[in-house]
Order: sequence, then C-alpha cells, then structure tokens
Amino acid sequence: MKQTISVLVENQAGVLNRITSLFSRRAFNIESLAVGVTDYPSLSRITIIVDSGNSVVEQVEKQLNKLVEVIKVRTLDEHSMIGWELMLIKVSANARTRENIMTICQIMGARVLDVTPTTMTMEIADTPVRVDDFEGMLRPFHILEVARTGIIALQKGSGKM
Amino acid sequence: MAMTGAQILVEGLLRQQVEHVFGYAGATICPAADALRAAPQIGYTLVRTEQNAGHMASGYARVTGKVGVCMVTSGPGATNLITGIATAYMDSIPLVAITGQVPSHLLGRDIFQEVDITGAVTPFTKHCYLVKDAAQLPRILAEAFHIASTGRPGPVLLDIPIDVQEQVVRHVEFPQEVHIRGYNPSVRGNEKQLDHVAAAICKAQRPVICAGGGVFLAGAQQRLREFVEKTGIPVVTTMMGLSLLPTEHPLNLGMVGAHGNVCANQALSNSDLLIMIGTRAADRAIVSPKELQKRLPSIHMDVDPAEIGKNMQATVPLVGDVGVMLGQLMDREITVDCGTWRETLRLQRSAELSRTYPVRTGSVFPGRLFRLLGQRLAPDAAVCVDVGQNQLWACKHLRLGGGRLLTSGGLGTMGYSLPAAIGVKTAQPERQTVVICGDGSFQMMMNELATVRAKGMDLKIVLLRNGVLGLVHQIQNQPPYHGSFGVNLEGDPDFAALAAAYGVESIHVSEEDQVEEALDRLMAAKGSCLLIADVSSQCLTTD
Repeated sequence: MKQTISVLVENQAGVLNRITSLFSRRAFNIESLAVGVTDYPSLSRITIIVDSGNSVVEQVEKQLNKLVEVIKVRTLDEHSMIGWELMLIKVSANARTRENIMTICQIMGARVLDVTPTTMTMEIADTPVRVDDFEGMLRPFHILEVARTGIIALQKGSGKM
Repeated sequence: MAMTGAQILVEGLLRQQVEHVFGYAGATICPAADALRAAPQIGYTLVRTEQNAGHMASGYARVTGKVGVCMVTSGPGATNLITGIATAYMDSIPLVAITGQVPSHLLGRDIFQEVDITGAVTPFTKHCYLVKDAAQLPRILAEAFHIASTGRPGPVLLDIPIDVQEQVVRHVEFPQEVHIRGYNPSVRGNEKQLDHVAAAICKAQRPVICAGGGVFLAGAQQRLREFVEKTGIPVVTTMMGLSLLPTEHPLNLGMVGAHGNVCANQALSNSDLLIMIGTRAADRAIVSPKELQKRLPSIHMDVDPAEIGKNMQATVPLVGDVGVMLGQLMDREITVDCGTWRETLRLQRSAELSRTYPVRTGSVFPGRLFRLLGQRLAPDAAVCVDVGQNQLWACKHLRLGGGRLLTSGGLGTMGYSLPAAIGVKTAQPERQTVVICGDGSFQMMMNELATVRAKGMDLKIVLLRNGVLGLVHQIQNQPPYHGSFGVNLEGDPDFAALAAAYGVESIHVSEEDQVEEALDRLMAAKGSCLLIADVSSQCLTTD
C-alpha cells in the first residue's frame, strides 16, 4: 500500500544523504521523495512515498525519528491530506495534432509552456492519479520527455505538524 | 581569548572531563596532536593500528560509563578506524571519534589521504559532523558528547579539516548546555504502561527476564539485581548481558540463544511471560522471534523506540531508561508466585553447572579450563573475550563471581579482546584483566603487545590454540557444507617466542592434569603473561 510520510528536518547540508542512506541500509523502498524549504528557513519538509505494509512504515518512522536532524515525522492519512504533484511533459506536435493536444490540456487543466513547429511542452499540477491520466491521454501523440516532482503533501484543514 | 580550532578541540575535551585519548599520528591531525601535547592532563596511547584505537576506547567506555575518545588521521587512518566504529555502533558503546581531514578548500579533489569519512560512516554512527568552521567547534563538541552518551549510546564522528584545526577564532564561547531540537530521548517510562507491566508480571506463573547489554549501558546492574531479588523472577541474559549477575546467582540461568546454555533456552521455551530488559531480541539471542511472540506474551523495556517491534512484537512495550523504569516498577506492588518454576529451573541449572567435561589426551577441554579460570578470578575481574569458538566456550562455561565480561556481541569483530583489555586497564590499572582469544583472533591484534609493553600493563592472556579458525571450521564440517576450506592456520608462529619478543612471559599447556598449575602460574605471574592452551580442532562449541 502506498503511504505518504511527511518529515520536518533541519535545513542543512548532508541531511538528505542521511535519509536516503537510511532507506537503502534498512532495505526500505522509496517510491518518490520531494524536498523543499518551509516557511521557517531553518526547516525543510521532505515528503516520502513508500509502498510497504504498516509494520514497515512504522519502522521507517521510528528509524527516521532516531536521526538527530529529523524534527518530526508523520504518516499522513490519505483521506485527510492533499497530495499534489507537478509534471512537465514534452510531446511531438505538428499543425495537424496541435489542436487535439490543446483540447486535452483544456479538459485536464494543464498549461502549455513551450511550443515549436514539432513539439509542445505542458505542465500539470494535480493529484498523482490525474497526472497519470494526463500522461496516458498524451501517449498516442508520442511522448518525448517527462519530469515529475514526486508528491508533496499537507494535512487538510487546520491540522499541522 | 583567541584560540585555534585545535586548542578549542582540546579545551572542549577537557570540559567533557576526557582523561584519555587513544590515537595514531598522521599529517592532517598534527595541529590537534600539538594542542594535546600542551595538555598533559589528558593521557594518550599510541595504538599499532587505528582499528584498535576504536576498540580501546570501547573497552575504556564500557568499564567507566564515560565516552571513549579516539583520534586518527585522514584517509587510511580514518578507514582503518571504521571497523572500530562499527563494532561500537552494534554494541551501542559511546565513543567520540576524531579524524583529521585534508584542507577544506581541497575537499572533493581526491588529494593525498583524502576520503569522505563522514559519508562512509553515516550508516553506523549515531551522528557525524564535518566541521567547516572552528567557531562552531565548542557547540559541536558539546553536542557530540551529549549524543554519544545519552539515550541509546553510540559512536559520533567529528571530521576536522587541518585548516579548521589551524583556524584562529577570536571570541570562543563554550555552551553551558546542549539543546538539539530533533533529539530528546525518553527517560521515564509511561506510568499507564508501567501499570500494565506490573499487572502482567503479577499474573504470570512462569515469568522469565531476558536482560541484555542495555542494562549495563544504563548503569542499572544494581537496579536489575534488586528487582530480580525482590520479585524472585529467574533471569536469562543475552551475550551482551553476561556478567549482569554472578554465574552462580540462584536466579541466573545463563546465556540464551543459538549458542547459549541449555537451561536458559529451556526457561525461555517453557515460560508464560517474557520480560525483555535492555535487549533488542537480536537473531543470535532470540532465534525465532515470530514463533515466540505467537506463543507467549512479552514485555519489552528499552530506551530505543525503534527496537520495539523491530525484531519482535511485544505485548506491552515500554520506552525509557531501563534503570529509571525498573525503579518506577519497584515503586509498585509486585508479587510473583513462581516458587515451583524457580525451583525446577534452579535444579536444571545446578546440574548444568556441575556437568563433567569430556577428556582428550594431548589437548585441554575449554569448558573445564574456563571453569577453573573462573575460580581464580578476582571478584571484580574484567574478562575481554574475542570472537569465535573461544567466545562461545567462554560465554557458556566461564564462572564469574562478579566483574565484567566484554566481547563484541553485535558485529562479532575478531581482534577485539586485547585492545578492549588495554582500554580497561588504561581506565582502571588496578583491575585484574584477562583476555580470552583463539589463535586466529590473536593474530589480528598481536601487534598491540607493543602497546602493552610500552604501558607496562599487566594482562593475562589465554590463547586457545587449535590451528584452525575454529567456528568456521565447525560450520564447514556440518551440512550443507562438505568440509574445511581456507580455515587452516598453517604458518602459525611460535607464540611463546613471539610473546618473548615483546617481553611477555608465556606458559604452555596441553594436558588436562596440567591445567590447574598452569592457571595458577598465569594468575601469579608478575606483569603480563600468555597462556597457550592446546585445544583439539575437533572440539565443538556444542560439546
């Protein structure tokens, strides 16, 4: 089962290395990992998606908590969180296909960032499922390149870490 | 007052009440060495290879309860130290390891004697620092000692580039206290959980305590003994928990696990409540945790929350300092009615302790040797045991009246015993200290006889010689393997001549009827002495 772990850490060099090293050493698999600074410059938030059972996630949480630079760890409940992902996607496009692609972008709420006589590059920010759907819709047009940020997540409502 | 980074380092060590440093010289650690030279209050031991600086600091830390300190140079000095650090990590021993590093502006250029040591040791240090500004050193040092010694102890590494050691800091301020927002180990146990624990213990009819090295780390030996004697609950120990109670204490059933005492293992399989104190239920001690957790309820008391449920899912978990929690538990009314259970186990145990040992001509049986050695030990003797058959025999058969047994339980590092004993002797020169090793492990550490000689130390070394790497030899001669390979120690030197070269006297014993006299001579020898005992390579740990 995919689970989202949100980790607040000291915003210092080497912290990310310690965390990824912990995952490989304990044989935990990372599905995706996204890092960024928070509203406090000394704190970064790392959002990690793991595809594991509850006992593994519990052990991941405990091992993360042991790291000196880790301030807080929480596994977010999928029903009470907002999990969002950004994708950049470049596809082959010409005068004949451009309009079809535009329609898909309109339906899915994606934006066109770059267009050339032979390509189009779009961005979409949405739930991972919708991002997958968008990618699926563009597959027939021949995808040239994809970059995804991995999920970032916050709790819904007033809940915070 | 202006100070250099190296001076700050040494001043920081003094403020942490460091009395001794184990180290090896090298170019990038010269400024620190120079500052240490100016502080004769801190003793120094030059080891013969960096790995042993880690083991010596470990032996020192284990008997004093203080943080052991070792200091080596960059590159190969640092990589040689890695095994010492990993050994300490697996046994949760508090160390501060200091490594020199190449100038910070050249980091990453692969210059002479540069390695990324903080990168290398991250998986087996509790924490590590690459110090880039000497002004941060006072804080980093205070944090390093705090992290190493609190919660679940462990090694912390400080990598200090030579230019940072030389950097002059105008206004140096040493922090009065340490505050790390991501680091707050639990001390007291949850009161509600403690009520559950007390209730579970009162209900049990066949309870057994499994005590581990965590009890030593918490300095709670006396607490444990009080708790055990008050409740009358029988005790088994892990290898790391050996010597928590005297061997012949009526409630001590010996060591549990794959290589443990029969009686201890039987206690575990017949009990109706397992109380784990300061142990991580590691694979060698608790062989099939999943089966055990299905069969009986358990209580798990440990300072590290990550150990709860890692190897075994406990019915009642309890996180905190085991000494403090045993105290909290003793404030509660606990009555255990397990007289019959205790009596059955006590009879099994005395039968095991008085068993007769097999006799072979031309060699001695280690079990008997260790039983007789135990009778000759001072009540507070420290016994440092190496890894392999010698270790398993010693753990199973050595009688300890009190004292302390030290071994590399977690990592199983051969060559641990002699340097650890040097660490013990450095801290407590008057304490009787014995080394037990095999001919394989001895050759991994015999260079430290030079350190023994330099310091004029009195160590009694028992070397079991069987000409093979015994434990692996034993494993290879059992299915699924087809016989020995790469375990014959052909080329073993003349150990007596070797000892003599270091000015150490030696005694040789190869028949059972010589053992008592040989042990008497060993223990009576003035200064260090090596006892070479011939053991059959056919002799097994299960004999």
